Amino acid sequence: MHKPEPDKFKIPVGPQHPALKEPEGFSVALKGEKIMGLEIRLGYNHRGIEKACEERTYIQDLYLIERVCGICSHSHSTCFVQAVEEIAAVEVPKRALYIRTLIGELERVHSHLLWLGVAGHEIGFDTLLMYAWRDREIVMDLLALITGNRVNYGMNTIGGVRRDISKEQAEEVLKGINILEERTKYYIEIATQETTIIKRLSGVGIISHEDALKLDAVGPTARASGVNRDVRYNDPYAAYGEITFNVITDTHNDVYGRTLVRVKELMESYQIIRQCLKKIPDGPILTKVPRKIPIGEATSRYEAPRGEDVHYVKSNGSEKPERVKIRAPTLANIQAVKHMLKDRFLADMPIVIAAIDPCFSCTDRSVSLENPGDRNKEIMTWHALRTYSIEWYKKQGIDFTELNNNLKNKLERR
Amino acid sequence: MGLVKKIVTWARIKSPWILHFNTGACNACDIEIIAALTPRYDLERFGVQLKGTPRHADILVCSGPVTKQIEDRLVRIYEQMPEPKFVVAVGTCACSGGVFNGCYNIKGGIKSTIPVSAFIPGCPASPKAIIDGVVKLLQSLEEPKK
Repeated sequence: MHKPEPDKFKIPVGPQHPALKEPEGFSVALKGEKIMGLEIRLGYNHRGIEKACEERTYIQDLYLIERVCGICSHSHSTCFVQAVEEIAAVEVPKRALYIRTLIGELERVHSHLLWLGVAGHEIGFDTLLMYAWRDREIVMDLLALITGNRVNYGMNTIGGVRRDISKEQAEEVLKGINILEERTKYYIEIATQETTIIKRLSGVGIISHEDALKLDAVGPTARASGVNRDVRYNDPYAAYGEITFNVITDTHNDVYGRTLVRVKELMESYQIIRQCLKKIPDGPILTKVPRKIPIGEATSRYEAPRGEDVHYVKSNGSEKPERVKIRAPTLANIQAVKHMLKDRFLADMPIVIAAIDPCFSCTDRSVSLENPGDRNKEIMTWHALRTYSIEWYKKQGIDFTELNNNLKNKLERR
Repeated sequence: MGLVKKIVTWARIKSPWILHFNTGACNACDIEIIAALTPRYDLERFGVQLKGTPRHADILVCSGPVTKQIEDRLVRIYEQMPEPKFVVAVGTCACSGGVFNGCYNIKGGIKSTIPVSAFIPGCPASPKAIIDGVVKLLQSLEEPKK
């Protein structure tokens, strides 16, 4: 229970609130119009997907994992599939990797356009919402053309993809992309020249470069604070290793910066899609994988539209995984929101929350750590965990000893 | 039928106000509901308007299976709506629990908690299906012609 504080006024926002599209609760402590503190209550969307994964086979899990989040469904399923393929040591055909990349980028386009509309709506610029969502229908049509469904594509399967892309489809995609590129140029013009947008978004939801690093922000939220971090670039998966693109960063540190990063990322996505369609090799799209996956564990990373998505899969040699863990990008960014809103005005709250592009259905996972022997003791200490990771990387052929020694020396010199 | 009742029914059919509530969905149905309200599909041409509070709404549009956390809130929102009220369940999860059926934190479809007037299946239900469902619900409200 919270003690009542006489000089602070607490208002609940959510779980049902016009400014929020998903059920999540915020308890805002106010002093006048200023936000003194923010408590975030998650869990309204918790469905128990991780546990459900353990009770289903790998193939069934794929379709369940897609439904972690409907907006970045391809991100989650690709991330899961990559982890399973790593355990099973499957070589995925090149063509399948290119198709995964293509769908991933089309999804990023739809997600960023969706965000642009929602952001416009949150600042009372509903024309932008209608414009952005009208243009978004073009990319939804393309996704429906290739995959057969507007959302939740069901493209991935263990060892490749389920549908091939024909020449006619590729031409349609190029046509659609050309129209979207023109429209995006218009949005960039709006974002950089329209005074109302610049004035409303500048200086709102500031998070400095140091804080973004300290709070482990990911995706466009971090990149708008000058953190040059993108899994597609730093740790290429699928076909990203063979594609050239720029990592968009910005140094505005505020919501305006995040808007710029997202609209500019749209332009990069179009380039990636064009390269994909140009470089895509012929060949099979699927390697057959046995139903039983050998014993092992793997972690996989994926740059979802909202940031870095991490999946951990542990296999026990049967048809069903022993453990699946999902770390969605919003969970990493939600810590930053609290920091952004401190000492800001209540009216900024919807746009600041919307600016990290939150997805609470991704985030609502539950974690419980319990040591049956001694409840006050952690199962693994920080030191033990670190030693374990160093050993694990050594087995993979990556040695961090030298790097660690250098770091140690540096710290000692201080 | 009295004149007042006639006018009320006419107004209700010509301009129903809806409230969208996510009861634990994966966002897919939610973005399709918003897509149905934006220029390509434009549900507003039937007079349908999205509202922010249950006290203004005639129709509650629910998406997603009912999670244990959201159950009490869903009942509260339903009770806050003025009579007569209608509930539309959008998506397979809202109809039956769908892919999440059997998860430890899921109660089932919307029907398990509050009465539902229309079911729109699909994973996710496409905007076309949503429009079809809403129009069919509105037609069912009309007084049968003698």
